[in-house]
Amino acid sequence: MKTRSRIAALVAYLVLLMLPIYWMLNMSLRDNNDIMSQLAFAPLHPTLHNYAVILTDPSWYLGYVNSFAYVSMNTVITLVVALPAAYAFSRYRFLGDKHLFFWLLTNRMAPAAVFLLPVFQLYSTLGLIDHYIAVALAHTLFNVPLAVWILEGFMSGVPREIDETAFIDGYSLPRFFLTVFIPLIRAGVGVTAFFCFMFSWVELLFARTLTITEAKPIAAVMTRTVSASGLDWGLLAAGGILTIVPGALVIYFVRNYIAKGFALGRV
Amino acid sequence: MRKTLDNRAWFLVLPVFALVAFNAIIPLMTVVNYSVQDVFDATHRSFVGADWYRAMLRSSRLQNALGRQFLFSALVLLIELPLGVGIALVMPKKGGWATSLTMVLVALPLLIPWNVIGTIWVVFLRPDIGLLGHFIDHTLGIHFDYPTVPSQAWISVVLMEAWHWTPLVALLAYAGLRAIPDAYYQAARIDGASGWAVFRYIELPKMRGVLTIAVLLRFMDSFLIYTEPFVLTGGGPGDSTTFLSIYLVKLAIGEFDVGSAGAFSIIYFLIVLALSYVFYQALQRVGTGEAK
Repeated sequence: MKTRSRIAALVAYLVLLMLPIYWMLNMSLRDNNDIMSQLAFAPLHPTLHNYAVILTDPSWYLGYVNSFAYVSMNTVITLVVALPAAYAFSRYRFLGDKHLFFWLLTNRMAPAAVFLLPVFQLYSTLGLIDHYIAVALAHTLFNVPLAVWILEGFMSGVPREIDETAFIDGYSLPRFFLTVFIPLIRAGVGVTAFFCFMFSWVELLFARTLTITEAKPIAAVMTRTVSASGLDWGLLAAGGILTIVPGALVIYFVRNYIAKGFALGRV
Repeated sequence: MRKTLDNRAWFLVLPVFALVAFNAIIPLMTVVNYSVQDVFDATHRSFVGADWYRAMLRSSRLQNALGRQFLFSALVLLIELPLGVGIALVMPKKGGWATSLTMVLVALPLLIPWNVIGTIWVVFLRPDIGLLGHFIDHTLGIHFDYPTVPSQAWISVVLMEAWHWTPLVALLAYAGLRAIPDAYYQAARIDGASGWAVFRYIELPKMRGVLTIAVLLRFMDSFLIYTEPFVLTGGGPGDSTTFLSIYLVKLAIGEFDVGSAGAFSIIYFLIVLALSYVFYQALQRVGTGEAK
């Protein structure tokens, strides 16, 4: 294909891809009367009123705090348990290793809807409902298998000789793992953290079921507030746009690693 | 890679095992429990054996939802794979700001919370205030009301799904393309190979690994889809876009029919498990068959 037509095709796709998001952005900068009165491709009377409402009302902005809290907890828990496990899978054979690996993966593929009611009952029995930790733990159901899978790929790319040399030099396994091995695969750890963040951030079924008010994620706050105030489209759009921002920032920071992470084909 | 046999490695996987078992096995046992009992209230319940399973397997609503689910997943693959590969082919090969910008924009839909995806499309498709809805309804003059017309509801859900997930296929295919050494292209140029020949005999075979993964991921995730179509159509009009997960949640939480829902969950889970196993085997073969 000619370079010019390639660029044209790419630009056309990117424009179509951005159009729904642009439309949301456009609406978020207009007030509700303006939105309902006419269709406009750009805000004629741009206003930041909708954003001001969200950023000054605790019932709105605490939703962001809540989402960040459980997403970060989930990412940390997932990495802490997945790193040693991925090392075991990449370096050792042990009783039932293949079955265990497959069983882990089936949980990545299990329908969340199947677990919804029993997970709710489990966490309410433990009195964890409406705490960050409940959502963070529930999300490990699909993030831990994914993290083990991605990390195992990165670790298998590191030659065994490095481990053996270190052990001969008198390193203990924990010391070797923390001071030599993890720095070696830091790109892998970064990619894994990115995917944990991503899947925990976008998931809502568990997050909404396991929270009532105190730990409610922003995406759930959005729908609730809107239904109570009788559909303020501008406010809804502003809330939606603000949920996109963290994702955009995260992608920007890892943009050069995305291709590498995907190249391992382990997502 | 050669691996040492050492059962002490179990200590390293124990935390993962405990955590996932806590989240998966206890709830699964609860579901099994429900599926063989008739629960009247907190204290009155009776064992009914396989009654719920028999009822669910004969249920035409379940069979219809399963049919819709397979149709939906098939459509998703048919649209997203060719489109994703096409996009990967036109994405810039060299580094630089254009590549970074393209990566960020393409990856953006993947990091939007799923119910916000639904909300974006609810807004976008409204005939009064949405751009696309307005375009179809007013400019093209086709009466557009997806919440009441099943065919339009289907088109809307598939369009949203393609918009949301084609970027994943594109990024996977792009990663596969980037892994092809320049020497291959130079050799093809010396041989005077056409653009099609380069694609068919160099790029496509080299992308086999990542494309297999793309197929597996897109199939599995579209098979489990819940949030986006639920926000967009609520499974309607009628039952016309009620996929398996939506139907399951309707049964379990909407109608609180935990016996049927329990049996349905187990059937659903077994289907997913069987499909995962087939896919896992295929994946293993790709992993070993290809010199990576």
